[in-house]
Amino acid sequence: MTPLEKVAGRAIPLGLKNVDTDVIIPAHWLKTTSREGMGRGAFESLRADPDNLFDRPEYKGAPILIAGDNFGCGSSREHAAWALGDLGIRVVIAPSYSDIFSGNAVKNGILPVVLPQAAIDRLMEVAATDPIHVDLDTQTVTTPFQDRFTFEIDPFRKMCLLEGLDEISLTEKSGAAIDAYEKTLDAERPWMRPAV
Amino acid sequence: MTQPRTLYEKIWDAHVVERRSDGTCLIFIDRHLVHEVTSPQAFAGLRATGRTVRRPDLTLAVPDHNVPTTARLDAAGNKLPITDPESAAQLAALETNAPDFGIRYIDAVAPEQGIVHVVGPEQGFSLPGATIVCGDSHTACHGGIGALAFGIGTSEVEHVLATQTLLLQPAKTMEVRVEGEVGPGVSAKDIILHITGTIGAAGGTGHVIEYTGSAIRALSIEGRLTISNMAIEGGARAGLIAPDETTFAYLKGRPYAPKGADWDAAVAYWKSLATDPGSTYDKVVVIDAADIAPSVTWGTSPEDVVPITGVVPDPASFADPSKQTAAAKSLAYMGLEPGMRMQDVSVENIFIGSCTNSRIEDMRAAAAVIKGRKKAANVKWAIVVPGSGLVKRQAEAEGLDRIFIEAGLEWREPGCSACLAMNPDKVPAGERCASTSNRNFVGRQGPGARTHLVSPAMAAAAAVTGKLTDVRELML
Repeated sequence: MTPLEKVAGRAIPLGLKNVDTDVIIPAHWLKTTSREGMGRGAFESLRADPDNLFDRPEYKGAPILIAGDNFGCGSSREHAAWALGDLGIRVVIAPSYSDIFSGNAVKNGILPVVLPQAAIDRLMEVAATDPIHVDLDTQTVTTPFQDRFTFEIDPFRKMCLLEGLDEISLTEKSGAAIDAYEKTLDAERPWMRPAV
Repeated sequence: MTQPRTLYEKIWDAHVVERRSDGTCLIFIDRHLVHEVTSPQAFAGLRATGRTVRRPDLTLAVPDHNVPTTARLDAAGNKLPITDPESAAQLAALETNAPDFGIRYIDAVAPEQGIVHVVGPEQGFSLPGATIVCGDSHTACHGGIGALAFGIGTSEVEHVLATQTLLLQPAKTMEVRVEGEVGPGVSAKDIILHITGTIGAAGGTGHVIEYTGSAIRALSIEGRLTISNMAIEGGARAGLIAPDETTFAYLKGRPYAPKGADWDAAVAYWKSLATDPGSTYDKVVVIDAADIAPSVTWGTSPEDVVPITGVVPDPASFADPSKQTAAAKSLAYMGLEPGMRMQDVSVENIFIGSCTNSRIEDMRAAAAVIKGRKKAANVKWAIVVPGSGLVKRQAEAEGLDRIFIEAGLEWREPGCSACLAMNPDKVPAGERCASTSNRNFVGRQGPGARTHLVSPAMAAAAAVTGKLTDVRELML
């Protein structure tokens, strides 16, 4: 996973609420055994409109996406995070996310920034004309107009993003604890093993 | 004396392998269900890093999303080819990955095959008090038998395959209590649609919802699975219903469930899981069952719910400006005008199936309405897709397949089908579908498809009248 510390650039002012992962990447794009190339199907239904935001020259390759409440709701498909990543998006800014999406995003080096609606409204305004800066280390979003918004993030997620950590390797260090848990489980609830 | 705990807290505490200083816990996973769409990249990851599956005995793979619902075997019993090459490749990958990594596998033509969330409880692989994950958000379903079950992404699928654990933050707790008795024609689906409309699509975000109250207790396991299935539509990663005698009676004797003395020990343990008196939830919502009508969605979010007797709302009637915009966009997509009566909306397609509503009780409820009637002339496509091979056989033994076929509906092979239209079962662009599935998202049932979520009885009613219909009028 590519580490993430500072991201600066244009931000796509999508702004919609309840953007579900079927909208981010429709199911027919899920028929693949690879993680690559998902950007082609990203936001397909929105991009059917020739005047859509994503394909405007000023937002091509924009590293930031601004959205409304409950971004990434619905299906657990990690393909949504892969699709955003393939579009070049490294940061999403929204008032709230679905729990599954925000986890998937972090595991793919995408930072889900949570800011209140008022801040989102201001950033949407700025995004129409100017770039936005996001600094994970200082947990701030700033604009060329002296706007400065700070955001909260779970410290573990922050560390994973900053260092580009592979969570499986991290968990494997707890191998002995998992062994011990399994032993206790077998002793206390042996019937938890499938009967056949 | 120990602090009173909720059902969720008891299950969580029983699965903590390690607790980190920031509250993050390494949680043991008792059951891992795998399907063909969200697993190939995880198996590829294991191969790339030389890792193996830590507990293949706790892992069960079954293809469901891509499988066609037309015949899978020819007259001679040979497997028919999958015509879509991409679907075929995903199915082939699972068929190879399962034996390569030594995990349990139910083949697409096996009698037990079905939607993973129907198969898990049906086989007794899913158990109360267990932690269950699957790369599918409707894993919440298994909460209906009292398991802490939730959907995960593909990176987490790989993490569970490799370590049988997940790193998780504890969720907040939410109680949705439905008290009283529902009226005639009101099913579990109507209860959960009503709940979703009440709490909103993000109402349960960050929470695990425990469904309580007399109306929930009165439900069969099939009904409870329907309720918990759609916890995710209210934003909650998991739903829970405390296991009770109904649960034990359902699970007893199922293939993977404990047997003999093990069964007795298991039941004693499961009985100890119920939320203690005096426990508190972070959020409580109370609903009067008498307020719930047969329900239907009008928009493109599962929170867009009205009683079938209602009308399409005016976007201006919503207080939240972003909801006003969303509602206006939804109505444009759905081709509806504010003030239209829901019962005047005609439908060309009917889908009875999905992990929400494809169990035997759903088949019976739909057949009871269809019996002795015919599909309306304007309904072009009406399919009934049982949730598993076992449901299909049971329905056929009861003669339900004949009722559907004689009315002009198609009786199909089990799978996810038109719920998400990854297989050939799709709703054409611009057309409407009365669907017993769980999501009315833009393009969910096919590009441009317009979905109205309803119960099996309501879908059956729409099939015979050709429009959204109050099933109570057909029950007179």
